[in-house]
Amino acid sequence: MATNAPLVPRQRASWLRILLIIPFIATLWVPFFNHPTPTLFGFPFFYWYQLLWVPLSSVLIFIVYRAES
Amino acid sequence: MEVASIIFAILIIAVLALGFGAARWKSGDLHQLDEWGLGGRQFGLLISWFLIGGDIYTAYTFIAVPALMFGAGALAFFAVPYTIVAYPILYVVFPKLWRVCAKYGYVTGPEFVRGRYGNRWLALAVGITGIVATMPYIALQLVGMQTVIGGLGITGTGFSAHLPLIISFLVLAAFTYTSGLRAPAMIAIVKDTLIYITIIVAVIVIPRELGGFGGIFAKLGPVKTLLAHPPKGSTGIYSGYATLALGSAMALFLYPHATTGILSSASSQVVRRNAVVLPAYSFMLGLIALLGAMAVAAGVAAMPQFAGGFKQYGPNFAVPALLIHTLPGWFVGVAFAAIAIGALVPAAIMAIASANIFTRDICREFFSPNMRPQSESQIAKIFSIVMIIGALLFIFGLPLKYAIQLQLLGGMWMIQIFPSIVLSLFTRFFNGWALLLGWLAGVVVATYDAALNHFAGAIFPYHAFGYTFPCYIALATFLLNLVVSVALSFLFNAIASDRINDMTVAEDYG
Repeated sequence: MATNAPLVPRQRASWLRILLIIPFIATLWVPFFNHPTPTLFGFPFFYWYQLLWVPLSSVLIFIVYRAES
Repeated sequence: MEVASIIFAILIIAVLALGFGAARWKSGDLHQLDEWGLGGRQFGLLISWFLIGGDIYTAYTFIAVPALMFGAGALAFFAVPYTIVAYPILYVVFPKLWRVCAKYGYVTGPEFVRGRYGNRWLALAVGITGIVATMPYIALQLVGMQTVIGGLGITGTGFSAHLPLIISFLVLAAFTYTSGLRAPAMIAIVKDTLIYITIIVAVIVIPRELGGFGGIFAKLGPVKTLLAHPPKGSTGIYSGYATLALGSAMALFLYPHATTGILSSASSQVVRRNAVVLPAYSFMLGLIALLGAMAVAAGVAAMPQFAGGFKQYGPNFAVPALLIHTLPGWFVGVAFAAIAIGALVPAAIMAIASANIFTRDICREFFSPNMRPQSESQIAKIFSIVMIIGALLFIFGLPLKYAIQLQLLGGMWMIQIFPSIVLSLFTRFFNGWALLLGWLAGVVVATYDAALNHFAGAIFPYHAFGYTFPCYIALATFLLNLVVSVALSFLFNAIASDRINDMTVAEDYG
């Protein structure tokens, strides 16, 4: 059943993949962000910091994606 | 609530009709399991985005996360880091799985495991883990729907009170049977559009009435707003929060419904692009979590008109009560329909995913190896109905707490297939039997630890070197699983390597 040619061209793994570790450190190390201040639009730091990391991590994945395609 | 009920009913009926129509969409031969159970592996970026998003951010999520925020405060926000770190994992791991599965025609995760190790028993363990973890999850989708139907004022305990729910799910079973994965894919587009509209309106309108977000957090109070500082000699809730997020993220795409969503994409490129755009849902989930804080600030728990709802549904009633209290009736109808349709999409995909596993990894492998493609899709269709009816019986036959407890256990069991699927995409170091024993160790100890918690908590205080590390049971037992799998792989490979059974080749993983 196995054929030798893969269906799609190989995806080059870029060294930029190391960037993908950043969201883990930034959002899983709780002492970084378990603080009430500074607030933003009324949000305590704890909340806006973690919400901010949603687009930031998406940008990091995008950078790696661009480097690999 | 009449306006709300009418809008709600119109939207639900429209969506159920759409489910039947979906069979003709991007049409294929629905007698093939690929076509019925994976929608023909042809969904592009946009449809996949709606499908996977609609699939993993479920109605139960939309009800349970704010309910936890309402009751416990900041801890509920673990859903945000959870759905942040899930995407680097998706990006690195699952395009590989897509490519191997597309090349060999695999429809399920367990099929990949069988191809990789030539070990049908390991594949069976992986498959059964998926089905068992999924059943209570479908049942909990019903709870999401039940809560909003209750919010519309249709309450009670008799058969007639359950009728809207039963009819919806029977119709769901029927269109899942006829349309397969195309139905939830099409409905997901409607569902998510409604959900995004609801959330955007809710976070603009509601805080204005409650004195802005500053006012909301002031009313939530300092204790609930942040995580408690760890006591001396313990990492406290800090490690609980982080491990809950990480362990949940590792298990997320291993759930059969998530794997099915990924495998239905048109290419591994679509999967990678989705890792970039799916976090939009995570942002929305964070805002949804805050609805729990808004419910505290609005004081809905003390309002007499909601006393019955809270009595029947507990903290799950927080969001419905908040929406009824603050939004106009017609919009409540839209919002509730969004949540209810949010139950139908994942429930359909979960039933389809379980049916794929039952057909390919249990029925064909163990009972009927020469099955024709037509009989395959027929068996899958019937099993999808069994899953949905099973979930209905689960909700009406057993106390709700069993579904919640089983879903809690489900996450702890699901992560145990991480070595068999995820690590196997990167290395063929492992031995199939070693993985099976590692899986067994993980499942048994996780269940035991959860029992020590009386099946009520996911975080267990592990002790080491005179220090206490509260940790998500899933993550701790995954480490045990990994140690057992690695150690026994060394041993078994030395005695008799099973590497020769690998049906795949090294280039598949390049």
